[in-house]
Amino acid sequence: MKIVVAFIVVLVLAALPYAGIQYAGMSTVFGIIIPYAAVAVFILGVVYRIVKWARSPVPFRIPTTCGQEKSLPWIKQNKLDNPSGTAGVLGRMALEILCFRSLFRNTRTELREGPRLSYASSVWLWLAAIAFHWSFLIILIRHFRLFSQPVPHFINVVENIDGFLQIGVPTLYITDILLLAAVLYLFIRRVVLPQVRYISLVADYVPLLLIFGIGLTGVLMRYFFRVNVIGVKELVMGLIAFKPHVPADIGTLFFIHLFLIATLFAYFPFSKLMHLGGVFLSPTRNLANNNRMVRHINPWNYPVHVHTYAEYEDEFRDKMKAVGLPVEKE
Amino acid sequence: MAEELKKEELVKIQYKPPKKDWMDTPVKFRHGTYIYPAKAKNLQYLDLPNPREWSPVDEDWKLPENWKEIVLNGMKERLDKYRSFKVFMDICVRCGACADKCHFYIGGGDPKNMPVLRAELIRSVYRGNFTAAGKILGRINGARDLTKDVIKEWFSYFYQCTECRRCSVFCPYGIDTAEITMMGRELLTLLGVNVNWILEPAANCYRTGNHLGIQPHALMDMFEMMLDDIKDRTGIKIEPTFNRKGAEILFITPSADFFAEPGMYTCMGYLMLFHELGLDYTWSTYASEGGNFGLFTSHEMIKRLNAKMYAEAKRLGVKWILGGECGHMWRVVHQYMDTLNGPADFLQEPVSPVTGTKFENAKSTKMVHIAEFTADLIKNKKIKLDPGRNDKLRITFHDSCNPARAMGIFEEPRYIIKNVCNNFFEMPENTTREQTFCCGGGAGLGTDEMMETRMRGGMPRANAVQYVHEKYGVNRLSCMCAIDRATLTTLMEYWVPDVKVTGIHELVANALVMNGEKERIVDIRGEPLKDEKGENHV
Amino acid sequence: MYNSGKIITGLVLFLGVVTMPFWFNIGKADVKPDPSLDTPVIRQMKVKHCIESKQFMIDNHMELLNAWRNAVVRNNKTIYVSTAGQYFTMSLEDTCFHCHSNEKQFCDQCHTYANIQPYCWECHVKPVEEAANGHR
Repeated sequence: MKIVVAFIVVLVLAALPYAGIQYAGMSTVFGIIIPYAAVAVFILGVVYRIVKWARSPVPFRIPTTCGQEKSLPWIKQNKLDNPSGTAGVLGRMALEILCFRSLFRNTRTELREGPRLSYASSVWLWLAAIAFHWSFLIILIRHFRLFSQPVPHFINVVENIDGFLQIGVPTLYITDILLLAAVLYLFIRRVVLPQVRYISLVADYVPLLLIFGIGLTGVLMRYFFRVNVIGVKELVMGLIAFKPHVPADIGTLFFIHLFLIATLFAYFPFSKLMHLGGVFLSPTRNLANNNRMVRHINPWNYPVHVHTYAEYEDEFRDKMKAVGLPVEKE
Repeated sequence: MAEELKKEELVKIQYKPPKKDWMDTPVKFRHGTYIYPAKAKNLQYLDLPNPREWSPVDEDWKLPENWKEIVLNGMKERLDKYRSFKVFMDICVRCGACADKCHFYIGGGDPKNMPVLRAELIRSVYRGNFTAAGKILGRINGARDLTKDVIKEWFSYFYQCTECRRCSVFCPYGIDTAEITMMGRELLTLLGVNVNWILEPAANCYRTGNHLGIQPHALMDMFEMMLDDIKDRTGIKIEPTFNRKGAEILFITPSADFFAEPGMYTCMGYLMLFHELGLDYTWSTYASEGGNFGLFTSHEMIKRLNAKMYAEAKRLGVKWILGGECGHMWRVVHQYMDTLNGPADFLQEPVSPVTGTKFENAKSTKMVHIAEFTADLIKNKKIKLDPGRNDKLRITFHDSCNPARAMGIFEEPRYIIKNVCNNFFEMPENTTREQTFCCGGGAGLGTDEMMETRMRGGMPRANAVQYVHEKYGVNRLSCMCAIDRATLTTLMEYWVPDVKVTGIHELVANALVMNGEKERIVDIRGEPLKDEKGENHV
Repeated sequence: MYNSGKIITGLVLFLGVVTMPFWFNIGKADVKPDPSLDTPVIRQMKVKHCIESKQFMIDNHMELLNAWRNAVVRNNKTIYVSTAGQYFTMSLEDTCFHCHSNEKQFCDQCHTYANIQPYCWECHVKPVEEAANGHR
């Protein structure tokens, strides 16, 4: 049911620009107004969300330690999984953000006859996740060719690496395939694994389908139903120079692609996609385990009622004296 | 209790979730899977709200009239105070990596024990009340209303989490379910929805200094018994001091080790070791508890109970504090104490008086873990050990959740064990160190009325012990946590009856060659050092 | 502990990256492609018509050329029959460049603008514009 709702949502999103361009001639709306609005919502929304997180303090230093602590000099510390200083934390965060280290640890638990529990390394989720995120990033970088004039050399380098197989014309990009395959895997996994389906919300299916739609329209435009790429670049360059105009005959497919991206961007700050920012702020990963070395300050630490020694002695003084325990007051 | 539960029935676990959506599945309370509510007197003693008599199986939980307002205001307050809570409410993508990492899910199959869903119980309310998308899109965005059924659900599942943090090791964003469970329990505390197994020890600790409510004179009796046993087994009469001003070191350990087997053997180990070293140290009757059940109640309660440690160290004028083998105590000491009750500027940076080693890693908090202390002694050859005295034991080591995932103290205990015994075997890789499994009874769940949940939750740990038991003939499960020593004992009786539980300093005590001791023919438990055939057990 | 310094630095970086398209091109002339078809041969054509329709050529010239290359190099076929039934030799240099002798105008303008780097020139020699002399 949730899956059907998600499908309908994305189909409607794709149909809107189709109808708008094909039948209503709303190219200004879909080519200029919506992209501007989406980018504004994205930037302001992300900043708003991060500032909102940042306004709550980190009252305690609660890293999850995944290796040997720094203790006696002859015991080897695991500096990446249990960092005690800034360098270690940076290393840990870099591994987490660039390589998805924690997800790489993933295991699959199985209950066998006996009973015997077995744990096997399970890297498929990690593989799909890393293929997806890195492909997405590279594709995003490649798109910079439509956002710059002249195009920086760096973009050519990325394009050449991505297209080094030199299959077909235009050259097939590896990331195009990887992105679609990874998103498909992540979606199918969500549908097929009963536990994951049970925890999934409509809000989990929609981004996957949306991104699949974006990737699919992109691939269709590049390899199958060409749009006027010169016109596309004219549109984009006009937008970023704040002299927007929509060239004629770009092709409806492009507007579907653009609208789905705009939706993703506008939806981003209000969704779980904010894990992009959140992963940097996770207190179990971004803090050093130097708790007993450096005092962590809690800005709202307030005095509390405690049971003082004096109160304790008052209650038990006679009993203490009876067994020879020293007391403060006779 | 354990007899009623058939193992064969217990392991028939249905991992396939039900057809019905979890939001439409209200919680059912079944005997063996919930803890009795806190008695009114304990809430009163701790100045907690809404003291009353009630039961989870009742329809009416006698919540305060404005319960909803209390919870939502409480949530808002905590979202503003804890970045962890706020970020963890927002960024979960429900990838499911955590699902089969929770011992309660592995041992029970209840989908709401998947860490992700445990967090969603509270996240759904957060979305419905604190986010624009949740308010507009409602259930499509995973939002729901706060109802009394939700409170019941929270009570059930936040008290089926042992805050062990195993899931947070695997989460790509480090989302820590312990942090969420702690918030959930704080919110429930605002309504007076607490369990007695936690609040009674907390109230006792507040008043008498320890969980069991042992008054000072009774504490002396308990030590007298342990000291007699030590004399009986070693021929040495030890005379420790209590509440002594001017001692160099204050020693604090969980009170559970003062009276109950097998914890008391560990406590006897401390007494023997410190005596042999001639350590200038003192015990305290006021700060006679290392554990802190505030950790299972609220951050405020952590502070209220923990305050005694520094207060007593200051009053007695010691230089630094040494802490015994305990799990959650060390979570509090390591991650909370200095922040909450520090700075400990009246203490000195800890230096071992025996070896001269500076404990650099404790220079601010000024509290050293006994495993760090003893490992340093052994490394510097300051104690004489005869590991052969432990030869009838074939030992494995259980990393306790908190020292493992909140400190990372892995090598020190292993170093000690390897030096005090000859037969040490590791459990499988995915069940030790940072991936260690909970005993099933941590975070205040270790009570008998919770037995079914405990035996299920402890199943992964027991299963790994069973594996080394069958493969290497392991007959002793060592650990450095007082809750473990109690709960693992029950767990082993149920799942692997041939394996007994021990603390590390019990093993040290067995191996420790003491000046002037008589010939040791029995171990510290009073059992023969060698079994009847005169051979070492294999 | 708020770590505001680190968070603000992070936010500034984020803003810098996402707004890059807006400031990256400031001060750079945005020259839209305006390819000239004015070559001596084309000038002399009565009906200015390529081997296929203009739209077809815009959309599919890359695939057409790729197909030609494969046909010539791999299958030894050299004749292309257009939709209109005309015969052409499948040759970039002899057929295409015959009319489109202005590579800088005709090819590069759009390719540079859209940052397309066809690997034609790894084998083929670029046509030399000799329009000034009126013959080729």
